[in-house]
Amino acid sequence: MPTPTRQFPALSRLLHWVMAAMVLTMLGVGMAMIVSLGDYHALLSFHRPLGIAILVLVVVRFVNRRLNPPPPFPASMSEAERRVASASELVMYGLMLVLPLVGWGMLSAARYPIVLYGSVHLPFILPPSPTLYAVLRKAHTDLAYLFFLTFLAHFAAILFHTLVLRDGILKRMVPWRVR
Amino acid sequence: MPADREGPGSTRPPLGPAGTLVRLALVGLILAAVLGTYAFLGGWLTPSALTPARLTDAFEHAAGVHPGFRRNHAKGVGVSGFFESNGNGARFSKAVVFRPGRVPVIGRFSLSGGRPDVADAPDEVRGLGLQFTLPDGELWRTAMINLPVFPFRTPEAFYENLVASAPDPATGKPDPAGMKALLERHPETARALAVIKSQPIASGFDNTTFHSLNAFRFTSSAGVSVPVRWLLEPAQPFEAAGAAPGSRDRNYLFDALIARVQRQPLRWHLVLTVGQAGDPTADATLAWPPDRERVDVGTLTLDRVEAEETSPARDINFDPLVLPAGIAPSDDPLLSARSAVYSRSFTRREGEAKQPSAITAADVRGGK
Repeated sequence: MPTPTRQFPALSRLLHWVMAAMVLTMLGVGMAMIVSLGDYHALLSFHRPLGIAILVLVVVRFVNRRLNPPPPFPASMSEAERRVASASELVMYGLMLVLPLVGWGMLSAARYPIVLYGSVHLPFILPPSPTLYAVLRKAHTDLAYLFFLTFLAHFAAILFHTLVLRDGILKRMVPWRVR
Repeated sequence: MPADREGPGSTRPPLGPAGTLVRLALVGLILAAVLGTYAFLGGWLTPSALTPARLTDAFEHAAGVHPGFRRNHAKGVGVSGFFESNGNGARFSKAVVFRPGRVPVIGRFSLSGGRPDVADAPDEVRGLGLQFTLPDGELWRTAMINLPVFPFRTPEAFYENLVASAPDPATGKPDPAGMKALLERHPETARALAVIKSQPIASGFDNTTFHSLNAFRFTSSAGVSVPVRWLLEPAQPFEAAGAAPGSRDRNYLFDALIARVQRQPLRWHLVLTVGQAGDPTADATLAWPPDRERVDVGTLTLDRVEAEETSPARDINFDPLVLPAGIAPSDDPLLSARSAVYSRSFTRREGEAKQPSAITAADVRGGK
């Protein structure tokens, strides 16, 4: 009998799936927004508060990860595979923090109001600057594509482990309790 | 099957080669489905669709690329002043800007088209972009023009116009057949142009009436929502435009504006036109019936003029959907499209080196 793999703590699993839904929605909204004329405004009005919600939740997630460390990797993963998995997690965590901040920063530099809902808006976090805006605007897109590619790699790895290797890796993260 | 009962981390018996292949194919299929969904959302599967980038390209094609400048309304000057609300607008909108009191305004007068050095002429469309900074930190931006109705109902029709007005490489001029065909396809454009032509053109920027172009929805603090269009009526008396002075005085409209602002502050009344049920809100080519209620909600005073190189207006995107709570977009399809294309134009120009405007700081000083 191989060593049984422990699940992530319940709060970690909840955060993972809630944020997965938010982030996948966000990627779709972002991609659709830049090619849309008729839906641009509606998508953008949704994009801003969703981005800020992701920013808040990723901070919660950092704290949770400190308080509730993840279980060890399953025995089926090689040392190299574990390093790649850890690196991709780090990239995704980092981007979930950086992408909203870059978005907030670029809107600040361009002096676009950062409206969340109605008259509720966030303060500017950068001085007005066309150059800063241009650099951050490009970074926002490039980093979003990097996030998308990292997500695809993560998703492909999980599919491969679950469907081909069948090592039960997904059970570490499924929302329900596995015993 | 005991395998189904195993806890996490346990490895099931290895698959045969056929089973492995089938499952690998399944992995590939799922990944392809995810990629396909995002490719669809990102527009890769519909390359012929009209996008903000293609519309912005059409502006560049029609007027050439002028780095650092707006892709439309490229020629302009910055202005500033204030808006003094008389409180009458609070009946229709809870927006803070309509409470009695004064808010600072930054603006920009412009001529339409993508050429930043275009010669002033009476029939060039005149623009006025404004930003109201509300006491609670909200912003209201509007980009108005001097046309009473807009010639195009949809972004697609506007795009067709840009394509038709691009110079023919053979003649260097737009092909008249293209515009004729457009008017046949879009009778609403022909009707709107007739309305526009029936209106006399004012002699200068200072005595021009500017229109909101699109309808918006105003919501009162009681939650009642009405369609509204607005206009700025000049306090400066109307005088009909004469002929353009010719190529030696390419900036005569802007020069006159500078001289007038420096002589005395210019004023406009902000007038709301309140629509009724059934008035078209999704068609900017149609005027509303003339008997609709008009409410003067306050006075705009512009007392300072600046060249773009020193004015904060240069780097403001006068996006018509930067709105305070209490003003919302109507169902007019032009509004979201304007917002998207202005944003694209803004992103392009802010990433480019800034060139001096046709109206320089020396021109503005010389106006004194």
